[in-house]
Amino acid sequence: MPMLHTVNKSPFERRTLDTALRHAVKGAAILLIEDGVYAAFDGTVVAEKVKAALADHKIYVLGPDVTARGMSEHHVIDGLEVVDYGGFVDLVTEHDKVQSWL
Amino acid sequence: MSEPWEDDEPEGPVRKFMYVNRRAPYGTIYALESLEVVLIAAAFEQDVTLVFMDDGVYQIKKDQNTDAIGVKNFSPTYRALEGYDVEKLYVEKESLESRGLTTDDLVVPVQVVDKDQLAELMEEQEVILSF
Repeated sequence: MPMLHTVNKSPFERRTLDTALRHAVKGAAILLIEDGVYAAFDGTVVAEKVKAALADHKIYVLGPDVTARGMSEHHVIDGLEVVDYGGFVDLVTEHDKVQSWL
Repeated sequence: MSEPWEDDEPEGPVRKFMYVNRRAPYGTIYALESLEVVLIAAAFEQDVTLVFMDDGVYQIKKDQNTDAIGVKNFSPTYRALEGYDVEKLYVEKESLESRGLTTDDLVVPVQVVDKDQLAELMEEQEVILSF
């Protein structure tokens, strides 16, 4: 199983998501956590880039970080999967290794 | 017998303070620290203006619920600022739009200004604190 990449920085403030996507092989998974979840919402200037990335990657977003920021599942781009902390653990165990982009 | 800090007239000069908030609320401590400092300036009866721009607009997003991340939700505090006579709240139009947000998404009434109006507002200030 390819790598799991986690991204915890806002895509509006840092280039971390771009860097992660640029270094993720086809089939690698992306998990958006903390301020990284701002990339998961539709209607923003980064939404198209995330939708395009769905062609090569499964993209997950951590639900508790979404609700903390006043967002909900209906703001999340179609095709992304919302996971809870248990789902986060499952993703870590299912993939060979984790690359935490900070 | 009133205490010095209870006098009606402020003791020192009143200056125009602007607080520029550019960070999202929970990933870093900036937003919470800014709010603390704003309340201090308000306690000293200064002329306070708050700006929310870039990711700072997310600080005043409605419906924040931090139960699952174990961090205090401080967004209701922005609604209490009015009680401290902090009523000049500005949001940058471009920042809202690029995030797909409108004023309906915000916990407090704000004035939406574009980047040029905001630049003028900044020029009018005596002190600017950036968070």
